[in-house]
Amino acid sequence: MGFFDRLKKGLSKTRKALVEKVEQIVLQRKKIDEEMYEELEEALIQADVGVNTAMELVEKIRQRAKEANTDDASMLKVFFQEELKLILGEDTSDININKEGLTVISVVGVNGVGKTTTIGKLAHYFKQQGKKVMLAAADTFRAAAIDQLEIWAKRADAEIIKHSEGADPGAVVYDAVHAARARKMDILIIDTAGRLHTKSNLMEELKKINRIAAREIKGAPHETLLVLDATTGQNAINQAKIFGEAVNVTGIVLTKLDGTAKGGVVIAIKNDLKIPVKMIGVGEKIDDLQPFNPKEFAFALYSGADSEQKP
Amino acid sequence: MFKSLAEKLQETFKKLKGKGRLTESDVNEAMREVKVALLEADVNFKVVKEFIKKVKEKAIGQDVLESLAPGQQVIKIVREELLELLGGTQSKVNFSQKPPTVIMLVGLQGAGKTTTCGKLANLLKKQGRKPLLVAADVYRPAAIKQLEVLGKQLDIPVFSMGQENPANIAESAVKKAVEAGNDLVIIDTAGRLHINEELMNELKNIKAAVSPHEILLVVDAMTGQDAVNVAESFNEKLGIDGIIMTKLDGDTRGGAALSVRKVTGTPIKFAGVGEKLDALEPFYPNRMADRILGMGDVLTLIDKAQAAIDAEQAKKLQKKLKEADFTLEDFLEQLQQIKKMGPLDQILGMIPGINKIKGFTEQIDEKELIHTEAIIRSMTPHERRHPEIINGSRRKRIARGSGTKIQDVNRLLKQFEQTRKMFKQIGMMSQKKKGKKMRLPFNLPF
Repeated sequence: MGFFDRLKKGLSKTRKALVEKVEQIVLQRKKIDEEMYEELEEALIQADVGVNTAMELVEKIRQRAKEANTDDASMLKVFFQEELKLILGEDTSDININKEGLTVISVVGVNGVGKTTTIGKLAHYFKQQGKKVMLAAADTFRAAAIDQLEIWAKRADAEIIKHSEGADPGAVVYDAVHAARARKMDILIIDTAGRLHTKSNLMEELKKINRIAAREIKGAPHETLLVLDATTGQNAINQAKIFGEAVNVTGIVLTKLDGTAKGGVVIAIKNDLKIPVKMIGVGEKIDDLQPFNPKEFAFALYSGADSEQKP
Repeated sequence: MFKSLAEKLQETFKKLKGKGRLTESDVNEAMREVKVALLEADVNFKVVKEFIKKVKEKAIGQDVLESLAPGQQVIKIVREELLELLGGTQSKVNFSQKPPTVIMLVGLQGAGKTTTCGKLANLLKKQGRKPLLVAADVYRPAAIKQLEVLGKQLDIPVFSMGQENPANIAESAVKKAVEAGNDLVIIDTAGRLHINEELMNELKNIKAAVSPHEILLVVDAMTGQDAVNVAESFNEKLGIDGIIMTKLDGDTRGGAALSVRKVTGTPIKFAGVGEKLDALEPFYPNRMADRILGMGDVLTLIDKAQAAIDAEQAKKLQKKLKEADFTLEDFLEQLQQIKKMGPLDQILGMIPGINKIKGFTEQIDEKELIHTEAIIRSMTPHERRHPEIINGSRRKRIARGSGTKIQDVNRLLKQFEQTRKMFKQIGMMSQKKKGKKMRLPFNLPF
């Protein structure tokens, strides 16, 4: 199964929650009425799009209907698709690569979003492109986090620099940068400990990690990826905001988009924040992490809906 | 947590408070804002709808409209309904008459099952149980190792069999517990999606093999609308006995707690409130409801203070305060007791009204406490008891010794002197009004 099919499969829940729900709302009636807008808003909120974004989106659709001077219910679907596309945008946003040598990628996020797993998959992704990848085990806090990263390093065939549990993460990063340079690596990915964005001392620690990287290599970290769990509700926005302020997040990785998650948070993030979604995880396999392509995302949403409608 | 929800509801009700009487449209407006607030807090849409309907019925139907303080009454109704939603009373683990009691933790990936296993074992061990932790997460890399490390930190045995069939592991673990005299078995399972049939069947197999007395669903407090579906399907397929909410120490509004409780009908038993292994508390619905409504979490605060503060010491201190015999040594002792209670921002968050002072909690710097401590520690015992002897050169020495500036030392001494004066006044006041002593739950040194 190719990635696109997996994406489609992974998004099936999102599709059910969003696209098909809208279809249902549309099919129930011929004319647009107030109740219909309300149902649409409900559907969006239930897909974790968020109250604000949902209200905005519905308002825009209402405007479109007004401008087009139509009360044809089926048009609502078209308007919705168009607005969705507008929010998602068309451009993909690639991982920033340092053209003058080692690229340092720092991976941050709250506890349990899947940082370590994402790094394993990310290492594999770069390895597939023929790059030399090293991982820095700077999560020295959580029990066995280093072991977990080591297993992923083995799976992805990447090198790893580690200290013992409880060591200073800054020191790990310092060593890793030097080792990566000495061994002529292309990519260095830093695994940081999960932390709630409300803990200011831990956010300071993150800043320190980035400072150390910047001191050793100009422009580093070239990418700071915030990992968000797609199952998370509106707190995802808070996380992105506060992490963004603390360490200049340059991209978002959205994990666990498969099965349970409703992916609606992609829309909320796109709408509320300026940080681009760069990668998405749609499954448990090592190659289930891929660049986020908004067009593909929208297409996967809709193509699946069509094929499921006509079995 | 819930802070923003509390703020929002307060805003809504401020408008109501000013009014003498409520019209139906007032109630409607208030309800709409409650609805948005709850939705923004990630409470599930369906749960919100039902909640609003109930509150509205009560608010409009009853004699609220005729009452003198309708705003108050609406708040009361919202609070009551919230309480009902969160479950009336606190619950505890059901221990089996015939040990060992078997507890099984289940949930999505990243909810915090393994950490919670450690915390729960730690909590129950403190209550006199002899727990055995069981590593039945055979999928996630290093999950077994993680549990083993936690077990070592807590000095609690961990049973593991490598990547065996989880049902076999669980069965053998229970046997082992009987042999070794452990009266409590806590099984850590792999995280899984509730729609993954294969893995859900695996859980059923574990359940069939050891018939656990408690199956607890671990739910990340930050979960969005989907929390309802997760809880529903775990409950349907396994039959859960209770819920543990994790990561409640963040700024999530935790609406998932309301939803999950509502759809499963099972109680929320514990709440994870920090990274440390003792950061698991029983879940108190009434406190939570008060917290949601911005009425503060005074009970938890008092609990924490009581756990951290030695009653004997507190008595001595109170006497000293009254006699203005309060020295920098006592000040230092106070600081340490406060530190024992947990992170400062967390403690402040529990004080009613404090979240209304915007930005206040963010300003509190834990580091300042550390500096203060360092300064006092750089003084000689004699200086601590008689701060008036600290002259210029002593100040210089203290600043150097503590790595601070002379200004910092000056500030501290000044603050201390003011505090002492203030306490002296309080002491005199309470002596005058006999029988009506001012009683603080604990004494803040500033």
